[in-house]
Amino acid sequence: MIKAILIFNNHGKPRLSKFYQPYSEDTQQQIIRETFHLVSKRDENVCNFLEGGLLIGGSDNKLIYRHYATLYFVFCVDSSESELGILDLIQVFVETLDKCFENVCELDLIFHVDKVHNILAEMVMGGMVLETNMNEIVTQIDAQNKLEKSELIVYTGLFCISQDFSQAGLAGAPARAVSAVKNMNLPEIPRNINIGDISIKVPNLPSFK
Amino acid sequence: MALKMVKGSIDRMFDKNLQDLVRGIRNHKEDEAKYISQCIDEIKQELKQDNIAVKANAVCKLTYLQMLGYDISWAAFNIIEVMSASKFTFKRIGYLAASQCFHEGTDVIMLTTNQIRKDLSSPSQYDTGVALTGLSCFVTPDLARDLANDIMTLMSHTKPYIRKKAVLIMYKVFLKYPESLRPAFPRLKEKLEDPDPGVQSAAVNVICELARRNPKNYLSLAPLFFKLMTSSTNNWVLIKIIKLFGALTPLEPRLGKKLIEPLTNLIHSTSAMSLLYECVNTVIAVLISLSSGMPNHSASIQLCVQKLRILIEDSDQNLKYLGLLAMSKILRTHPKSVQAHKDLVLQCLDDKDESIRLRALDLLYGVSKKNLMEIVKKLMTHVDKAEGTTYRDELLTKIIDICSQSNYQHITNFEWYISILVELTRLEGTRHGHLIAAQMLDVAIRVKAIRRFAVAQMSALLDSAHLVASSPQRSGICEVLYAAAWICGEFSEHLQEPQQTLEAMLRPKVTTLPGHIQAVYVQNVVKLYAAILQQKEQAADVSAAQEVTQLLVERLPQFVQSADLEVQERASCILQLVKHVQKLQAKDVPVAEEVSALFAGELNPVAPKAQKKVPVPEGLDLDAWINEPLSDSESEDEKPKAMFQDEEQRHAKPRAPEADEQELARRREARRQEQANNPFYIKSSPSPQKRYQDAPGVEHIPVVQIDLSVPLKVPGMPLSDQYVKLEEERRHRQRLEKDKRKKKKRERERRGTRRHSSLHTESDEDIAPAQRVDIVTEEMPENALPSDEDDKDPNDPYRALDIDLDKPLADSEKLPVQKHRNAETSKSPEKEDVPLMEKKSKKPKKKEKKHKEKEREKKKKVEKVEGEDLDFWLSTTPPAATPAPEELEVNTTVTVLKTGQEEPRGEEQDADEDREQDLEKKPSKHKKKKHKKDKEERPKDKRKSKKKVPPTDEEAAEPVENGTLDEEPLPPMSSYTLLAENSYIKMTYDVQGSLQKDSQVTVSVVLENQSDSFLKSMELNVLDSLNARLARPEGSSVHDGVPVPFQLPPTIQSIVMAQKLKGTLSFIAKNDEGSTHEKLDFKLHFTCTSYLVTTPCYSDAFAKLLESGDLSMSSIKVDGISMSFHNLLAKICFHHRFSVVERVDSCASMYSRSIQGHHVCLLVKKGEKSVSVDGKCSDPTLLSNLLEEMKETLATC
Repeated sequence: MIKAILIFNNHGKPRLSKFYQPYSEDTQQQIIRETFHLVSKRDENVCNFLEGGLLIGGSDNKLIYRHYATLYFVFCVDSSESELGILDLIQVFVETLDKCFENVCELDLIFHVDKVHNILAEMVMGGMVLETNMNEIVTQIDAQNKLEKSELIVYTGLFCISQDFSQAGLAGAPARAVSAVKNMNLPEIPRNINIGDISIKVPNLPSFK
Repeated sequence: MALKMVKGSIDRMFDKNLQDLVRGIRNHKEDEAKYISQCIDEIKQELKQDNIAVKANAVCKLTYLQMLGYDISWAAFNIIEVMSASKFTFKRIGYLAASQCFHEGTDVIMLTTNQIRKDLSSPSQYDTGVALTGLSCFVTPDLARDLANDIMTLMSHTKPYIRKKAVLIMYKVFLKYPESLRPAFPRLKEKLEDPDPGVQSAAVNVICELARRNPKNYLSLAPLFFKLMTSSTNNWVLIKIIKLFGALTPLEPRLGKKLIEPLTNLIHSTSAMSLLYECVNTVIAVLISLSSGMPNHSASIQLCVQKLRILIEDSDQNLKYLGLLAMSKILRTHPKSVQAHKDLVLQCLDDKDESIRLRALDLLYGVSKKNLMEIVKKLMTHVDKAEGTTYRDELLTKIIDICSQSNYQHITNFEWYISILVELTRLEGTRHGHLIAAQMLDVAIRVKAIRRFAVAQMSALLDSAHLVASSPQRSGICEVLYAAAWICGEFSEHLQEPQQTLEAMLRPKVTTLPGHIQAVYVQNVVKLYAAILQQKEQAADVSAAQEVTQLLVERLPQFVQSADLEVQERASCILQLVKHVQKLQAKDVPVAEEVSALFAGELNPVAPKAQKKVPVPEGLDLDAWINEPLSDSESEDEKPKAMFQDEEQRHAKPRAPEADEQELARRREARRQEQANNPFYIKSSPSPQKRYQDAPGVEHIPVVQIDLSVPLKVPGMPLSDQYVKLEEERRHRQRLEKDKRKKKKRERERRGTRRHSSLHTESDEDIAPAQRVDIVTEEMPENALPSDEDDKDPNDPYRALDIDLDKPLADSEKLPVQKHRNAETSKSPEKEDVPLMEKKSKKPKKKEKKHKEKEREKKKKVEKVEGEDLDFWLSTTPPAATPAPEELEVNTTVTVLKTGQEEPRGEEQDADEDREQDLEKKPSKHKKKKHKKDKEERPKDKRKSKKKVPPTDEEAAEPVENGTLDEEPLPPMSSYTLLAENSYIKMTYDVQGSLQKDSQVTVSVVLENQSDSFLKSMELNVLDSLNARLARPEGSSVHDGVPVPFQLPPTIQSIVMAQKLKGTLSFIAKNDEGSTHEKLDFKLHFTCTSYLVTTPCYSDAFAKLLESGDLSMSSIKVDGISMSFHNLLAKICFHHRFSVVERVDSCASMYSRSIQGHHVCLLVKKGEKSVSVDGKCSDPTLLSNLLEEMKETLATC
């Protein structure tokens, strides 16, 4: 079982937290902090496993993490998971993010944490690995996005009609509204990491699939 | 309405969306909290609006804030609103928020039940998917109970995307609602062979997770998993299965034998490191489970160690880490193979990676008497160098662990150990002060010879207590003072300078120590005082004695003022005592004798579990009230107790009551008896010295003086290093001496090897300990209960899932099904059906009940058969290179059918198999015996049933519905039809085909004794026809009958036409008047249906099949049918062994397969009052015959 999945940056700012056991918000933050402290003080070229932190479930647990540029991806798992398997899963996760966001960077995760959650939900469900095939995950995500888009077209259509109703005093509104409805691209902000490139440096691990 | 919506949209333009929120937070770095609280206020406004889009946007933002640590549970109701939005976009946002913040304590969660149920049955697979994902995070026992049935239905959904999610979530449902496990398990098992790899993987995942907690219940699945292991190519699945086998092998060593080979092959062939690693791990587990019986696996061990060495030497730190981890498992059983790689381990101790160092430390457990000192010395240098308290604490515990393991087995010099412990007290900021303290106490109490030395060290420690307890970071270590004080007090007779120690213990500084330590100080001050008094009085030094008393009277008040209740109480008590003594001393009365009498007697160590193991005397009911309880609550009375509970454990153990010599001897004898039988003692008595010393009893142990070749007094705090040197010298001397006594040694060695199997190296035995120390074993109460259940935690959530899955399902074990309010109206046509059905089967209601009971009985047998199967599967050790899949063909029931034909195997194996061979050699006898017992118990209801049906068929007999919405209860159905009947016996039968043997069908005949006489010597014979014959044991002729307990399936050559077989059952009926020989003729009618085997089929495969075009077609139409379509389908499924592929309104496609592999596809359409069935089949004759039969069935509807 996977107990928790955490993504935070080099400064310990959470970018995604998914707990498969209920914890109060305070405990969650404590766990994130503790995990960050454990993980961040480790060198780059040490092993990616850590005997569990104190907060998250006893001695059976392990932290398995990977560090990509500015982000740490940490999985807290118990002994029923294969360590190397989880490392691969993290890789699959990051590659999937890369595919879905097209050259993913930390900003994508910052602004679209909901999407990251949706992608994760196709891989891990309730703490158990659901799917490890990247193509399958991407297919499902695309299909869901399409569904979402089709629903939103109906919605924006309605919105256009609304414009006809109330033209006065809303001149600047449409552009803003569209950005509210669609998920915005943020071309003005420079992308500072490129996980796609970094992933090549990852030590040769067994290929799953 | 439209306007309202429009208005909402306009409002929405001014709302922040998630991106705006994030950007805003980033722009307000200084006053983030303020900005966020502003945002939350906005969100609260948004949530008040009717527009669902606005609400969803608000909830989406809340989810983000939740990640930042803000509690959003106040919005739970709004989240539910968004969850119930009709649009997927919003629904997804709602479910995500729920999965992040809902838990069992969320009170509104019960409102979600119906919404979730609706979403689960939504036509859109993504609605269903998102509901399942959300539910997996916040499922509660109530939700699990209410939705279990819905989810179970989804497990056979047409879309693999839903199936795999439904399968996975079942694990969560089981955890929350354990009752669902048994009803759902058959379907879960089915999913192990799902055509979709994702679903299969999910099922493996769930079963592995279940089996990890309660492996014994899943042993019967081993053959299935074995098959998957040898056939699957999915590494994820393989890893899970291999891990599962690792958990199963300890329970079934024979499984291990079977596994070794395919695993070794995998190790050799795989390129995936993760798989290789898991294989090695499981091989290790197998070797551990086999280690007792099978010495011949050195090759496998070598292979593992060799592969692990490659991992450890890899530059990838991850592999290195895992290699060490696995190595530590080998260590437990095969320390020698690991010790060969000691260089590698020591090298890893210097690794810069802490995780790797920690793992390497684990491997150090493989110590022996020979290398213990060396290793500990190395660790001590690491302790000095180590940065960070975690690693240092880890080192500390490791040092203590390796020294104390198996009752200090490896320690040859306890002085060295004490000095190591004392050195460890100089560690700063360790959390493990209590550990060191416990060790000091343990050693001082149990190793009598060391007491003098220990007391000297401890008094030095007390003297320098100010160093130990000076700074606040050292507070952890001051625990050792507790031990020091107690040892000095208890063994004060060994003190050189008791007065000095006494003064050290009474320093004002002491009052800064934690209360429980002060309390021990106070108590032990009196012990010291008693010792000093005695000393002084013997020396007739009255003034000195009075001085000491005076000292106490002066210093004790500082403790009396203590804030700690315990310290205060003890101090004031003792102060009064001392004052009294002072008075007596003033009168020149000798008091020493009386004061020291307070502490007379020897303390014996008591085993930690001793208290629990005291048996409850006969006739004592601990639960019974002594007095009837008073009605009003008296909980207040109990409060003061709790206050002392914490202290209780820390106090010195109570003294054993003095008993007269005779009583003692008697007890000793009893204890010795007990110890001989108690497994606990086998564990804790590896010390060779203990053996002979135990016999004369603790009190009579000759405490041998310490070998004087080791100088006792090392000035100040002796460095442990000195001991290492001394020890080396001593050993050298010993070695020289040893040559003289070679003969003796050899004898001892022989004894030694017997005692410690493989754990010791030879040279280990040569080293005699420096002090011959008696390691006193811990006391256990007389008649201690041998049970070791204390380790189980009653609160373990997985304990509830410890459920026997092989037991057949009882009628009551059904998942609760939500009933619609209009259920009664929809039921009404069925009410008419029920009697109809019964008329048809010509069974009065009572019989029906009986029948059900029988069915259950039968199922039990079937399950038993499965159990035997596992044995069978396990016992057939494959010849060296047999590929496993082939033998798996003989999977479940058929194997047992075969056993009768097989020669009993001559393999001589362990006792475990004797039982099983018994079953194989004389199954008839065995069963008969059982049968007789049955008769004796219930002479009125005698019956014999025999039926071998794979349980999957049993399960499939329930109609498989894909995506149906209504859940009408089905009328009871039985496929057993009357075969023949007379006044003695009634025969009903059913015919089942099996896919594994394409020309065999199994006829299950239920014999019911209708008389009250005993029936015996039953024999069944059938006249073979051209196309069908009874499969008989090899070698018997056509005319031989078959004794009844045997059931042998007829072999059918051609299955496209219905067959008839004539047969006779002969038996002897015995009653009070005597016995008669009776005969009963019958005709077995094999319908074409009986050659069909229910096989599930998925719509895509079904479509392909129809497209292929090599099927011939035929159709029938039956009029005048009033039955509901649902029931109709169920009937076809049940009586004709079809499964529903897809159903749309009143039209359904169905599929089945014959035992010879003909595909049969049906399209069933229901008109107003008629039903038409179009069939397609690869054999036209079979089809037309089938349809004819179906027509008959339908005509009775």
